[in-house]
Amino acid sequence: MVEQPLQRNQPGMIDDAKINAPRRMSEPPFVRRLLIAVALGFIALFLVVPLVSVFAEALRQGLGFYFQTLRDPMTVSAIELTLIAAGISVPLNCLFGVAAAWTIAKFDFPGKNILLTLIDLPFSISPVISGMIYVLIFGAQGWFGPWLIEHNIRIIFAVPGIVLATMFVTFPFVARELIPLMQAQGRTEEEAARVLGANGWQTFWRVTLPNIKWGLLYGVILCNARAMGEFGAVSVVSGRIQGQTNTIPLHVQILYENNNIPGAFAVASLLTLLALVTLALKTWVEYNTTGLRGTAFTPLPLKKEPNRKLA
Amino acid sequence: MLRSQQRGVLPGFRLTLGYTLLYLSLIVIIPLAATFVKSSELSWAQFSQTVFSPPALAAYRLSFGASFLAAAVNAIFGFIVAWVLVRYDFFGKQFVDALVDLPFALPTAVAGITLATLYAPNGWLGGWLAPFGIKVSYTQLGIFIALTFIGLPFIVRTVQPVLADLDSELEEAAASLGANRWQAFWRVIFPMLSPALLTGFSLAFARALGEYGSVVFISSNIPMKTQIVPLLIMGELDGFHLARATALAVVMLVISFLLLLAINLLQWWSNRYNATNPA
Repeated sequence: MVEQPLQRNQPGMIDDAKINAPRRMSEPPFVRRLLIAVALGFIALFLVVPLVSVFAEALRQGLGFYFQTLRDPMTVSAIELTLIAAGISVPLNCLFGVAAAWTIAKFDFPGKNILLTLIDLPFSISPVISGMIYVLIFGAQGWFGPWLIEHNIRIIFAVPGIVLATMFVTFPFVARELIPLMQAQGRTEEEAARVLGANGWQTFWRVTLPNIKWGLLYGVILCNARAMGEFGAVSVVSGRIQGQTNTIPLHVQILYENNNIPGAFAVASLLTLLALVTLALKTWVEYNTTGLRGTAFTPLPLKKEPNRKLA
Repeated sequence: MLRSQQRGVLPGFRLTLGYTLLYLSLIVIIPLAATFVKSSELSWAQFSQTVFSPPALAAYRLSFGASFLAAAVNAIFGFIVAWVLVRYDFFGKQFVDALVDLPFALPTAVAGITLATLYAPNGWLGGWLAPFGIKVSYTQLGIFIALTFIGLPFIVRTVQPVLADLDSELEEAAASLGANRWQAFWRVIFPMLSPALLTGFSLAFARALGEYGSVVFISSNIPMKTQIVPLLIMGELDGFHLARATALAVVMLVISFLLLLAINLLQWWSNRYNATNPA
């Protein structure tokens, strides 16, 4: 991870592979500098400036106001609800991810490719629609609406709806990291453990889990970032009742719409810090492993398996 | 029969497959199916009245137009970023590489209020553009900016690994056969990267079509002018017009599924095209 210094005046030093390469194998220095400048300019304009401005806007009224906003009971309750929603949806999606990866990577069965496509489905659906589908089922005009009202159970405009919507949008994250990883690892190690007398749980805890721990951690980091930051889907099912059904992103919206811009940015800076921590952890995991490249952040379709012939 | 014998010594097939299918059905498949069932309660006349209404048509046009333009701009700049990250060394390269994923990691609501404030007439960037009569926040241009922000990582992250795995022998062959650098790039390197670039473009486009959080703040949400489809659906939901929202959602879902199919085909093509990409 050592940063390379600028090597403007030493074209031959750029890297070993290029020392002996003919001149036509690389771009002239001015083209190279121009491309680097364009790339850095674009990154600065679209990523660095917004990032810096979040903190600048958040601290515009001073540190006192900043901490006062964060200590506000409404902010605290939004933080609590976000922690609850992530605390339920991340472990459940984790369990699902491990089960799905085990069944897909360790066994052959028909329809596997359809299952892979279905697991990916929540990624291609607009957050607004992701929230709406639960309104259609549990809302007052929905399938179970009348029954729920009769029994005085609230799902939509209440905490269960927020948890459900969060579960939906973060559904594929852990599974997507684990499936390719476990497919690549194959099943020979587990088979050896079984032949040597380990039972199913021992095989999983002592052989499989140590093999997938980095992938699992990676999936959890990305899943958690999305769970805590989800806005559109949660916004549909929340009803935005302050102190009750308000998550951190929804609280940002309320403050912003009430024209409390520094307050909105103060709360938003918490989510920005979460994003920066996520990126740092993600980079750290990638540094410690090979092959993990954030398949959930770049939702390319999972690789399909050719139909295996029966042995 | 043959298959169950083949499963051999590893346990847990029924348990994990059963749990996977149950959880998938409860969280994803049944709720999505509900949308289609609910929309079938509408007559064709009601359905078409909603999905072909002038505000809906204007929203499709804006959604498709802005998403396409944003993905196109990202295709150009994302490609340059990926190229620079793979091929050159410069100060802070690792930092830039990690930062590319910011639009994924940053909650969309934060992106939304930040861009809206930055590009407002009194904002850091908007104030700089205002004297030229360019308004960004609360216009269609603002929507394009927000969609460009969220789409950037898709292009970089699809092109980057393919470019890194590219076999340099082909470039060497082109150079030794007398091609200059531009010819080698345009005739040899670019065609090999184009499936990945197209895949990244489609992913960015698909994501932009459904985007809500980062757009809602920077758009003034005026029907026929600055209302993209997700905002239109949200408006119908806020007005408790569930049937109309469902009809629009069905249109968007069908479009999303078609795009997903296209991306799957592109991915398959890309894997076949680049033998160096581990299949």
